[in-house]
Amino acid sequence: MKYAFFPGCVSRGGCPELYPATKLICEKLGIELQEMPAASCTGAGVLQEKNELLGDTLNARTFAMAEALDLPILTICSTCQGVMSQANHRLKNPEYLAKVNGFLAEEGLEYKGNANPKHLLWVLIEDVGLDNLLKLITRPLAGMRMAPFYGCYIVRPTDALEFEDNPGRETALEQIIETIGATVVDFEGKTRCCGFPILTINEKNSMAMVGKHTSEAKDLGADAMITPCPLCHLNLDSFQPKAAAQAGRDIGLPILHMPQAIGLAMGLSPKEMGLQRHIVNTKPLITQLGVGAV
Amino acid sequence: MDVKLNIKRFDPEVADPQPYWEEFTVTIEDNGTVLDALIKVREDSDGAFSLRCSCRSSICGSCAVRINGHAGLACKTQAATAIKDGVITVEPAGNMPVIKDLVVNFDSFWDKINEIEPYLKPEGPEPEAEYIASNEAMLHLSDVTSCIMCGSCFSDCTVLEVDPTFLGPAALAKAYRFTADPRDGDENGLSIDRLEELNKPTGMWDCTRCMECVTACPKGVAPMERIMALRDQAMEAGFTNTNGARHTEAFSDSVEHSGWLDELRLVPKSVGMTNVSALIGYAPIAIQAITHGKMPPIIHKKLPQSKNVGKIFDKVDGPEERGRRR
Repeated sequence: MKYAFFPGCVSRGGCPELYPATKLICEKLGIELQEMPAASCTGAGVLQEKNELLGDTLNARTFAMAEALDLPILTICSTCQGVMSQANHRLKNPEYLAKVNGFLAEEGLEYKGNANPKHLLWVLIEDVGLDNLLKLITRPLAGMRMAPFYGCYIVRPTDALEFEDNPGRETALEQIIETIGATVVDFEGKTRCCGFPILTINEKNSMAMVGKHTSEAKDLGADAMITPCPLCHLNLDSFQPKAAAQAGRDIGLPILHMPQAIGLAMGLSPKEMGLQRHIVNTKPLITQLGVGAV
Repeated sequence: MDVKLNIKRFDPEVADPQPYWEEFTVTIEDNGTVLDALIKVREDSDGAFSLRCSCRSSICGSCAVRINGHAGLACKTQAATAIKDGVITVEPAGNMPVIKDLVVNFDSFWDKINEIEPYLKPEGPEPEAEYIASNEAMLHLSDVTSCIMCGSCFSDCTVLEVDPTFLGPAALAKAYRFTADPRDGDENGLSIDRLEELNKPTGMWDCTRCMECVTACPKGVAPMERIMALRDQAMEAGFTNTNGARHTEAFSDSVEHSGWLDELRLVPKSVGMTNVSALIGYAPIAIQAITHGKMPPIIHKKLPQSKNVGKIFDKVDGPEERGRRR
């Protein structure tokens, strides 16, 4: 099983623990990742607010590179997934596609319209299969209570994300939690916004969102939160102490990247999964897992 | 078809009123809507059960409620498709105080609509005959003028949930309906006063782009997309002295010149390089990132062939292209 790998900016920037954790679990899963070193940022919805056509052209460029490799795209970021899905949805219009290809011609690229960008979360369910994932789970996270947190762009809008054709996507994260042996803590905030996009614009509101969701999950008995979005992770983990201070309470809820949780259940060590790089203390979680120190 | 409903109820007239859940099972036509089922509850089970509804055809916007946790019109939702694990969960719309059962108080919704002054404000000299607007301009507004003020977007807005001072998706989309109308503003259709107001805190930049409003809207208004268009209008009109505008520019600049995001420099560039107090405020976070090995690379390397990304910026978003779009 081979994919054109689109790691996104944050897994190589503010969340450097995500990239190696992904590589390690993909190795175990027999997923070969072919890098696309020249593929640009998706625009993350920010470029799109300035100029949607510009964002779509950059994504079409990435899609064309993957087509040239004859490989499907795999990403590990909810935001990248959503932005690529939305661009691909618009590029289904042949006139628009032709216009965009006009901008790519100088580089010798053409997007034919066949890319199917998929988050690792969906790849696990739709391509690998949960049965096959289960076979690799050597240390089920039994007794661990995990709250899912999706990230807006992997749950909305459902037409561009093709939820109707892929009904498993709506509950994908819960399915992963169950497969790795943990218990799902269902909570209202799981598909809400982490507040990251307004961090530098309205920090008070951004922190209120972090505080609300992490407190809600914690109060429902969650031992950890699990997310397929590194941008959510940045806000929910790095800024959780600040959010807790604003909320005037203790929270202390470790936030795991989805590949980290899977890796732990595959028997990989907390250190290999980069848990020492988290801001919220992960030691109690590691003790609970009984897998030794970080 | 029998339909089981789990309804969140509230009776303000009892002592110490608290919301509570109550289950009902009603029989409706196989192709019936959630509204049909709710009306049946009121007719057959509890005459005191309160809900708003009128047209039953997704025109009046009265029956917005939360169905299985998400806002939408009860009359536009097929009951059969809304059954989850054997039951349809119905709650009052969010972000507004509940009066009774599914009836909420819309005052804050209307206050925000009024705040954006929802009427045309032409500023130039009066034309000799009627104001002329092109078909193209009116067609562009047709989606946003489809709003039926049902409050679905307002109900599910993630910002309003934590900050009731935010103008919110409905009012901002309504504002765009005027800023994008060629008859509003100066003789070139530029609504500079509106953009100045909307550019302030609680306005266009406070949206998180979470798309809840786009999903909730039953009429295809896509409020968030209008908010993004407002931001573009504001930046084009020269309102660039906000963290939001600086963030967009810094983000764009980074991708244009290196192909990917320079996270390390994005925060200081967004809050303003001379905004010393804000920068000091981020110092503990930066130190924490360094001590945990989470600091983005200090030297931001360009991606291979990043020049080609820059060329795309020139072609799609260069000065010539932006001038043409204006």
